[in-house]
Amino acid sequence: MKKWTALLVLLSASALLTAARAEPVAVINGEIHTMRPAGVIKGGTVIFDNGVITAVGAGLAPPAGAKVIDAKGGIVTPGLMDSLTFLGLREVSAEQTTDDTTAAKAEFSAAFDVSYGINPDSAVIPVTRMHGITRAITAPVTSKTVFAGQAAAISLGEGSSFWVRPGIAMFVSLDGAGARIAGGARGASWVFLREVMNDVQFYRDNRKAFDKAEARATVLPRVDLEALIPVIEGRMPLVMEAYRESDIRQVIAFAGAYKLRVILLGGAEAWKVAPELARAGIPVIADPRDNLPTSFETLGASLDNVPRLQKANVKVAIATMGGALDQRYRSLRQFAGIAVANGLPYDEALAAITRVPAEIWGMSANYGALEKGKDADIVVWSGDPLEFTSMPTAVFIRGQAQDLTSRQTELRDRYRDVKNAPPTGYVPR
Amino acid sequence: MRKWILSGGLCAALAVPAIAAEKAPAPNLKDPYPSTYKAPAAPVTAITGAALFTGAGAYYPSATIVMADGKILAVGPDVTPPAGAQIIDGRGKVVTPGIIDVHSHLGDYAVPSVNANDDGNEATNPNTAQVWAEHSVWPQDPAFVRALAGGVTVMQILPGSANLFGGRSVTIKNVWSRTVQGMKFPGAPYGLKMACGENPKRVYGGKGSSPSTRMGNFAGYRSAWIAAQNYREEWDKYEAKKNAPLKSGGPESGKKEEENKPPKRDLQLETLAGALRGEILIHMHCYRADEMAQVIDMSKEFGYHVTAFHHAVEAYKVGDLLAKEGICASMWADWWGFKMESLDGIEENIPLVHAAGACAMIHSDDNVGNQRLNQDVARSVAAGRRMGLKISDAEAWTWLTLNPAKALGIDAKTGSLVNGKMADVVVWDRDPFSVYARAEKVYIDGALAYDLHDPKRQFRSDFELGYAPPAANQGEHAP
Repeated sequence: MKKWTALLVLLSASALLTAARAEPVAVINGEIHTMRPAGVIKGGTVIFDNGVITAVGAGLAPPAGAKVIDAKGGIVTPGLMDSLTFLGLREVSAEQTTDDTTAAKAEFSAAFDVSYGINPDSAVIPVTRMHGITRAITAPVTSKTVFAGQAAAISLGEGSSFWVRPGIAMFVSLDGAGARIAGGARGASWVFLREVMNDVQFYRDNRKAFDKAEARATVLPRVDLEALIPVIEGRMPLVMEAYRESDIRQVIAFAGAYKLRVILLGGAEAWKVAPELARAGIPVIADPRDNLPTSFETLGASLDNVPRLQKANVKVAIATMGGALDQRYRSLRQFAGIAVANGLPYDEALAAITRVPAEIWGMSANYGALEKGKDADIVVWSGDPLEFTSMPTAVFIRGQAQDLTSRQTELRDRYRDVKNAPPTGYVPR
Repeated sequence: MRKWILSGGLCAALAVPAIAAEKAPAPNLKDPYPSTYKAPAAPVTAITGAALFTGAGAYYPSATIVMADGKILAVGPDVTPPAGAQIIDGRGKVVTPGIIDVHSHLGDYAVPSVNANDDGNEATNPNTAQVWAEHSVWPQDPAFVRALAGGVTVMQILPGSANLFGGRSVTIKNVWSRTVQGMKFPGAPYGLKMACGENPKRVYGGKGSSPSTRMGNFAGYRSAWIAAQNYREEWDKYEAKKNAPLKSGGPESGKKEEENKPPKRDLQLETLAGALRGEILIHMHCYRADEMAQVIDMSKEFGYHVTAFHHAVEAYKVGDLLAKEGICASMWADWWGFKMESLDGIEENIPLVHAAGACAMIHSDDNVGNQRLNQDVARSVAAGRRMGLKISDAEAWTWLTLNPAKALGIDAKTGSLVNGKMADVVVWDRDPFSVYARAEKVYIDGALAYDLHDPKRQFRSDFELGYAPPAANQGEHAP
């Protein structure tokens, strides 16, 4: 309890701090991947001040008094974004007491809001940040109904550069697992979902009757219906998890029927309906490594999936699918590289972990590109960001230089020389 | 349908005994499920002008390798292909040994992951040393060909880690076969899967039985080893008597022979005694450094050797100990944080163990991870260099090939590109430590088992027929 209060204080204090401190920074001599029509600028400079990019261009002179960072010809990109994690919610996957992704015994589901459980002090965050990932979607997991609840967007910044945007999207499972939750079959999950949508509309239009207990019964409690109003009004995207072609076709039909902002999650067989997804404007969050018939709903899983979707003009965000990978979010750039190996153009792979997530999650105004007016979420790389030999040499989140150490680098340094470590009477740094 | 089965059964019942009565084989106790794998016929093949990692620590910027009769005939920078050899232009390519995945569950946790395919953990008793993984392996697991596309030519398939003693492992070549016997690596020793830590105590503690703690785990191991020691002694006595020279003539010698009855056979103790004798190699799932040290003491208490610790997330904390005891560590590049015993995983684990002079290996334990073990090693060696360790790519290739071969007891036959070894060879389209690399050709015993650019050389499992589109697993070839 005490800790929670302290956190609130810290957050508000740090917000003031950002505004107070101002020193322009210029990253010079970089190969700037702008993720915009400006393309790649060699010998480029990015200047930012007060956490916001003020100028990007070739050979710009740093403003007077600016701190200068020499990229030494290295690649400069926006901070990377993983579109599906449990960052800040799950510390040790097998230990339920360290896991805030799901609330199996709660009386509600769609209203479940992960943002209250996010812990900015999670050791997983610095481990991930070291690899150039500066923001993430952190998501709920289904338990009681097909609705998992509301995800949040977070920054991976330390101190004042950490932030949470609650209610970034509603997650719902329409795959086989969702069918089992709904009662045992797809015929139940979809009927349930459609009835909930009707209930939400009914509730919104009959709030007074509801409060007087004069309204008809609904399948979900009031708090869930309330949480779903932004979804039916198109203000909050509905992330629908589905893998099988027939399920994806249902997703497309549903999105059209209810005029919702839908994002397809998983989509192992999405390549089979790529033109339909493109026409419906439904983006896909995918793992480009998916190529196994792990179940009867992913028989068509293929390394071709992501490249084909992109070719068909479907927006694809590459994500580590946190759950399956436990804490291995730092593999995000490897995933993008694997997509390139299988035919995704390099720039599109980089976009799939920067610009496309910005678009999908409604963050384009301040993230997803290196251009004037965007948040200064910037990574300077020692080489190709998608290769194993490369690491960030500097990471900025909202203009703040980030610490690039972690609990893991401390362990590494302690055991660097096992014969002498840790010495007797070891004093932690 | 039913009728057909009945009549079919009847036929068999009639036919079999007649044959069996006349040709009943002698009991086959030594190797009851023998390998039937035979290297397929293949033309003499030479890959010329490719960069080449031997897998034993050497690198040639340009070399030629010649494969004949399933074996490596010649390898090196100055090799001239024999007349009539099929020539593969290797310029711009990189040649390596086939990758050996020392920890796999392909076939015993086959896809699709439906209940019927859940054959990896006989989680009914903490000691199931009597089970053999090969009796669970489904040769039609569609994951085999995907591992092949990742350059994996040999793998050890283990039982799961629910039990203190999980059972015997099997080492296979990654070839399409109707039977497991047709995949079994000829002459490979068996392994025994054991498990430390959280899994056994969770599985059995959760059922209200022992073990429910780590000390319960150790009591379970030690009791079983004591029983195995007794069993071994009984059999040793029997064998010694049986092989003792007969006393000349007389009724006494005949009587003595009658008394020397073989002890009752016990499948569980047979495996454990085999491990004590060193005939079966011990592969122990163990994350924490302190547990590894305890297990090493236990191995001395009972006089056996641990071949390898698997998962070994904390091996970097005891690299010196592993080096001293001659124990390999089988590790991931980046798995951590999924349970308490994996919380201290670091990216530098493999390079630190290597730098300590111990036998370091990559492993997958996963049907996705095994498709890119080369990338896992690339990530590890890069992390090692960033912390200042001087490890070449050529050295790092030993983590993928020669060291796993050693841990499986097959290093005299495969694991490096030297004359006379099995021609298990991968041709990569570029530096295999690049994220963009793909295996273009994979040879097993000199025969082309996989070709990235030829769908006919990408076998499909029976399961996939009519379900998955041809070559759905591959880039660029799907319809």
